[in-house]
Amino acid sequence: MSRGALKTGKSMRLGRQPGEVLDRSRQFVFTWNGRKYPAFGGDTIISALSAAGESVFSRSFKYHRPRGLLTASFLDPGCNVQVGDEPNVRGAHRKVEPHMAASAQNAWPSLRFDVKSANRYLERFLPPGFYYKTFMEPQRLWPLYERVLQRFAGGGKASPDAPHGYYDKRYAHPDVVVAGGGPAGMGAAVAAAEAGARVMLVEEEHELGGHLRWGDEEDLAALRRLGEEVARNSTIEVMTDSVVTGRYDGNWVAVSQRSLPRVEERLIKARTKTLVVAPGLIERPYVFQGNDAPGVMLSTAARRLINLYAVKPGERAVVLTANAEGDAAVADLERAGVEVARVEDARNGGDIGRVRGGQGAREVECGDGARIECDLVVTATGWTAPTSLLNMAGDKPFYNPAAARFFPSRLPEDVLATGGIAGDGSLDELLEHARATGKEAARRARGIGAALRAGIPQSTDGEEAPQDSPVTIPDLPVNGHLELFRGRTHGIVDYSEDVSSKDLVAAVKEGYDSAELAKRYTTATMGPTQGKLETVNAMAVIAEATGRSMEETGATTWRPPYAPITLGALAGRNFEPVRYSPMQPWHERQGARPLVAGAWIRPDHYGDPEAEVRNVRKNVGVIDVTPLGKLDLRGPDVSELLNFLYVNKWSNLEVGKVRYGVMCAEDGVILDDGVTGRLGPEHYLMTTTSSGAAGVLEWIEDWLQTYQPDWRVHVTPVTGAYASINIAGPKSRELLARVAEGVDLSTEAFPYMNVRTGTVAGVEGCFMWRIGFTGELSYEIHVPAAYGLYVWEALMERGADLGVRPFGVEAQRVLRLEKGHFIVGQDTDALTQGFGAGISWAIKLDKEDFVGKPELVWQGERDGYFRLIGLQPHDGSVAPPEASQIVEGKTIVGRITSSRFSSTLERSICLGFVAPHLAEPGTTVTVQLPNGERITARVMEHLAHYDPEGAKARG
Amino acid sequence: MILLPCPHCGPRNASEFRYAGEASTRPDPNATTPEEWRAYLYIKNNPAGWTTEKWFHRTGCRRYFTAERHTVTNEVRETRLPAARLESNS
Repeated sequence: MSRGALKTGKSMRLGRQPGEVLDRSRQFVFTWNGRKYPAFGGDTIISALSAAGESVFSRSFKYHRPRGLLTASFLDPGCNVQVGDEPNVRGAHRKVEPHMAASAQNAWPSLRFDVKSANRYLERFLPPGFYYKTFMEPQRLWPLYERVLQRFAGGGKASPDAPHGYYDKRYAHPDVVVAGGGPAGMGAAVAAAEAGARVMLVEEEHELGGHLRWGDEEDLAALRRLGEEVARNSTIEVMTDSVVTGRYDGNWVAVSQRSLPRVEERLIKARTKTLVVAPGLIERPYVFQGNDAPGVMLSTAARRLINLYAVKPGERAVVLTANAEGDAAVADLERAGVEVARVEDARNGGDIGRVRGGQGAREVECGDGARIECDLVVTATGWTAPTSLLNMAGDKPFYNPAAARFFPSRLPEDVLATGGIAGDGSLDELLEHARATGKEAARRARGIGAALRAGIPQSTDGEEAPQDSPVTIPDLPVNGHLELFRGRTHGIVDYSEDVSSKDLVAAVKEGYDSAELAKRYTTATMGPTQGKLETVNAMAVIAEATGRSMEETGATTWRPPYAPITLGALAGRNFEPVRYSPMQPWHERQGARPLVAGAWIRPDHYGDPEAEVRNVRKNVGVIDVTPLGKLDLRGPDVSELLNFLYVNKWSNLEVGKVRYGVMCAEDGVILDDGVTGRLGPEHYLMTTTSSGAAGVLEWIEDWLQTYQPDWRVHVTPVTGAYASINIAGPKSRELLARVAEGVDLSTEAFPYMNVRTGTVAGVEGCFMWRIGFTGELSYEIHVPAAYGLYVWEALMERGADLGVRPFGVEAQRVLRLEKGHFIVGQDTDALTQGFGAGISWAIKLDKEDFVGKPELVWQGERDGYFRLIGLQPHDGSVAPPEASQIVEGKTIVGRITSSRFSSTLERSICLGFVAPHLAEPGTTVTVQLPNGERITARVMEHLAHYDPEGAKARG
Repeated sequence: MILLPCPHCGPRNASEFRYAGEASTRPDPNATTPEEWRAYLYIKNNPAGWTTEKWFHRTGCRRYFTAERHTVTNEVRETRLPAARLESNS
């Protein structure tokens, strides 16, 4: 028979099959590489193409060999295709849809003629490690190598413009998760549900049923009965097109769910009480020369094509069978009208030597040397137990040479296994095992659930652990099976990575003689199939090459995820909570430029930060400082607590006074700073930096709960409860006086560093602090948040004739830099201990105890630390970028931490850290700019560049 | 993800908690030596076995507590609220 006759788009579609998944009433068209193809509802991309006579679906990863269908399932390594802008779609799993635009990956310029397939003639020049060894030297050519290698890399193309899509997450707390919806999984789920458990039944394929789906009439009838039982139990949640991808500590199970309408993929995080592992078995390919030619497929693939998709897999077949499933495939092929030219029965010594054919199988050389023309080669040489979930549960499955596969050895209490992974036997025997396993899973789930509930302190009374005795799970028989891995020739072991048995033997010869090393060197088992098809064959080839047994060789480690998860599913929906102050609508109306500051969105400026600075210095400005951390502290021991938390003294703070304080951690490093005021005898309000608010609260709670639990202090975070406004500038008193009631604002009655409680713009219970970050006369007012916008608008309205203008974070940064106030985290870092930041005046080492005291004592004695200083470049027009280095020759002796052009002083000003010998005022230091240019700067007397005496703030 | 038995709230996902380090005792700040203080700050036993550590139930009851956890099996055999320790000492 000539090949040409087979390849002219001849329909391979069979008549209606009893178990077919097709909806023949729904016929439509999709495109493959730009050409139109017909499909039925229920077809996968590959089944529709196969029905149309196509047999080549991709080019292989390394040698660009034509690849066809091998497993006709999710795993099929040659069937990854591009769909629209989605790359690497599992074409033998994804259902085709009307107008879908699918195309081949890894082929250029076309699937038929791929120039890179020249690689396969170079096979003997492309040994394992070829890329590592060749593209090493010289280093200057790396960019070129990168471009070349990228061209040759496999995979589809991800469009940077692809929309994110709708991905979701869900948390679930089932009693039992059943991983695998074949007959065993269905039986276990039904038994567990009937025993009272809430069950999740998770199946990778689009329908439940496993191998029954492509079985005979009897199998289909059994499947119908099981399906009805599952449907009757409302406590079973069935998830198809979904995979249990991992099992983690405490039976934390990840499920990738792809079957939801309008959701691309959902990641379910299920805390299940018990997990039943029932994935069935994966048919293992056979290694021989030409085993990756299109037309060579597994027996399950042939049976799936015929029975599920009504596709005739070929015209003339040779079958290598070593088991009953292979025999069933022969029967299916004959029924489908395929001429079975020869059956090689491995149980009677039958074998396949090699397959010849470029674009597809053309001729088989059988074990006895006979050559047979055919376009289809079907192999049934054994099974791989997908033990991933068992390994993740801590099991070390053992290899049974008599059955030629792995079995579970010792499972934890909360994980059970059933189905093909546990043994063989008739369908009735399997179901009996599955039902007992499901019932036992439900029983153990009750015990585990009771133990969990007993751990909740409130419900300790009452519930007793259930006293039921374990369900007896019958042993499953284990069928003997020949150990068939590689025939008499070499062939492909890892189809995804194009690794042949020859490559593995070469790797062993080079010294990579353990499974884990050979895997990494050859990349076998590291491609999209992730070992499910190839791991046992790789192990067998390594065992053969090293002369060791399978047990001695050992398999490579199975790691999560079992099946690929999209990054979209891991990311989930795009939740990024942000915080706004109550004044946000006003800022937006004024066109404020937003600044992301942690979770807060704040106005950076309102168009002209320099003008904002000038207005604060000249008239009056207002800034929204709501993100400022605020903690309400109450109780008789607050002053003790403050004395302990801050480096400075607090015991003598009178009611109505506020004080600036610095907190250091136990390592003496500056942690946070802020102003705290005493509102009443046992009532204080602490402010922290905006970014430090949450951390400082946790830190205080730690000290209070674990170190001084006898201190009577109640801490309440009130950051969001108050809107905070700073009114700064020479006219700030005049402005506040227009809106404040019941408070005398004169300097005598309300001096600098004081706090008053009063009414602002008619709003009662506002706190007014006379403090200033900007160096001007200023008031910080904290208003109940619901009135924040109202008070802000009142200030703007009543101060219009005073020239009141808003200012943003940028203007405030300039103003505070002019004033020399450091910002924790900007001007200090994780190594800045207290004395280095110029706050010696605040550190009171004579206190009995405070956080970090010993380190500060030692720092004071050491005296060799870098110091924060004010700096002015000699050339006032240059503002060195922040983080510029201060250098002496080639040595780094400091850095610029803050730098701005000050419109007030009409020159650049900085804060920086310098080595102790450079800290003397008047010293000239050298600053290296990022462009390599060096400038000089003078160390100043004070941190403050503007009004160092503080006369304006006190005025 | 492991379940951690909060003495207040019962077993909860570890992601609700912040790990606050191995339990340690703060040396007397006025009598300590740099060696002792820095051991308190930085030197951890990190055993493969039973260890006593501090946890903070950040998104739950916001209580700090100590837990005796086996770092290999993640079994937790005892948890204590610090206040409870104090009461038993008094």
